[in-house]
Amino acid sequence: MAKPFTPKVVTANALLEGDVIYQTGTGWTRDLTQAEVLTDEADADLRMIDASQQTDLVVGVYLAEVDPDPLPRPVHFREAFRAKGPSNYAHGKQETL
Amino acid sequence: MYSYTEFDDAFIAERNTQFRAQVERRIDGSLTEDEFKPLRLMNGLYLQLHAYMLRVAIPYGTLNGAQMHKLADIADKWDRGYGHFTTRQNIQYNWPKLRDVPDMLDALAEVNMHAIQTSGNTIRNVTADHFAGAAADEVADPRPVAELIRQWSTDHPEFQFLPRKFKVAVSGSPHDRAVIKAHDIGLRIVDRDGQQGFEVIVGGGLGRTPMIGKVLYDFVASEDLLPTLEAIVSVYNLLGRRDNKYKARIKITVHENGIEDIRARVDARYALIRPQFTGVDQQILARIEADFASPVFRTAPLDAYTQAYDSDAIFRSWADTNLADHRAPGYAIVSISLKAHGATPGDATSRQMRVMADLAAQYGHDELRISHEQNVILPHVHRADLPALHAALKAAGLATANIGLISDIIACPGMDYCALATARSIPIAQEIATRFDELKLEHEVGPLKIKISGCINACGHHHVGHIGILGLDRAGVENYQITLGGDGTEDAAIGERAGPGFAANEIIPAIERLVFGYLDLRQDPSETFLQTYRRLGLAPFKAALYPEARANAA
Repeated sequence: MAKPFTPKVVTANALLEGDVIYQTGTGWTRDLTQAEVLTDEADADLRMIDASQQTDLVVGVYLAEVDPDPLPRPVHFREAFRAKGPSNYAHGKQETL
Repeated sequence: MYSYTEFDDAFIAERNTQFRAQVERRIDGSLTEDEFKPLRLMNGLYLQLHAYMLRVAIPYGTLNGAQMHKLADIADKWDRGYGHFTTRQNIQYNWPKLRDVPDMLDALAEVNMHAIQTSGNTIRNVTADHFAGAAADEVADPRPVAELIRQWSTDHPEFQFLPRKFKVAVSGSPHDRAVIKAHDIGLRIVDRDGQQGFEVIVGGGLGRTPMIGKVLYDFVASEDLLPTLEAIVSVYNLLGRRDNKYKARIKITVHENGIEDIRARVDARYALIRPQFTGVDQQILARIEADFASPVFRTAPLDAYTQAYDSDAIFRSWADTNLADHRAPGYAIVSISLKAHGATPGDATSRQMRVMADLAAQYGHDELRISHEQNVILPHVHRADLPALHAALKAAGLATANIGLISDIIACPGMDYCALATARSIPIAQEIATRFDELKLEHEVGPLKIKISGCINACGHHHVGHIGILGLDRAGVENYQITLGGDGTEDAAIGERAGPGFAANEIIPAIERLVFGYLDLRQDPSETFLQTYRRLGLAPFKAALYPEARANAA
């Protein structure tokens, strides 16, 4: 039996700034809590195709697993660092979140 | 030191113009990321976890004050006011914006610096002994030949698409401070019957398959070096495996084919190409050597130094750990630690960079070096100036007296920055340093090298750490494996894995058990951690690391 599809968000890095971004229903956000959570594999595939075509905006598109409730949170520690910033300085997203 | 010729200036300017146009074409959509990526990597630009990262070469680790000032200016203008010095004598900026990178490269060119071939499957920045030109035990300064290799390898048309990256290190001393046996090619200047030449070592490397380099030739005359290098890289270029990224480094080529086979192939290639080297390289080398003429050393009374040493315990502690023997009487080599307890190993703020640059100008013949151990060196300081220098360093938070001790840790950026990392390195280094500072034990423990990598690629040199720490992802949790007994010097050895890994919250107590175990095991305070390990082997250290296993066995 195929592995059940777990909730995910589409993520990438912004072309110009290089920082971590997530897809919303209509565009991109720098805040994971604003990301669109995908619970259906077919939807996720479509979103990935759409995101991968935006090569003038984003680099390195992939699906990252999230814990969806109440707001999307990272599952893996790598995604937690991407969503927050490095642990040795208060740089990156943690400056503004 | 070397200053660019018109040719160098024109070449760098042209490359920067090309890259500026490539960036524009990427931004306007003419280039896809797949097309752009190899171009940006050729110019040292990575895309990491949170941002782009620009890796700037510091050839053979040598800088002057103006260059260090420029690095500080770049950090302030286009980054976050600091830079990270790496184990390959580069500096990395962690937060540049894509549009700004061409300007950063132009700023670097103003002081004869660039980021060319700091990435990609090319011959990378040539590294050297950070005590080059100053060390008391040196046969000859390795930097002129390192510069010759930089010029030969930069944009070398045959070697722009090697099977994998290729790293060269050069040492001019019998004591290896440049980890030459863990490089694709390691060169050591030797003297044979009054003639200077090179011992040529190939096939060393760390990463997922660590190997100690093997001697390909025990003596190559100076004038034969460049054709020899060209023959080696040429053989590797054809023979190296392109089918499997993990088997593509020359260490695997040497391992799979055997050193005799490689030597036969290199000999054959050498015979073919040697006539093409008509001696122009030796004329260029002679000009380069003139650029590296030794500073004029002065003689001065040592009273100020002796007085400070006898009366100031903090100065004495720093002098005992951070100074090394200089070849000139009355002089010392000063290591400035970028490992303040709890700080990020290898990071310097722009303010600290400027302080070091100014101190180099004032007391150190305007020379600075970056060590592969992520510290900054002032290679030529008269001992009479050391008390004043120490006071200035102290005021800038740069007088940590820990060179070669447990808190002088090499750590790669790890998962705090690196897209390849499997776990964090920096916080582990910070916690170990902080803990042993609290215990006030590090001077009692003595020489002990801890090296931490955040993934199997081993940028943190964990395989050659007396204690090596490798961060891994074990089922979605950071986990740290310990290796013991590694050594990156002329007695190079790969550390042995001690046993099962430790969770992030278990690793500091584990290191503590290991160090206390060593203190119990050593014959006397003069027996270092590594010597004790070599005398006793893994077992007693393992018992200290895993007390439960010992209890269960009993």
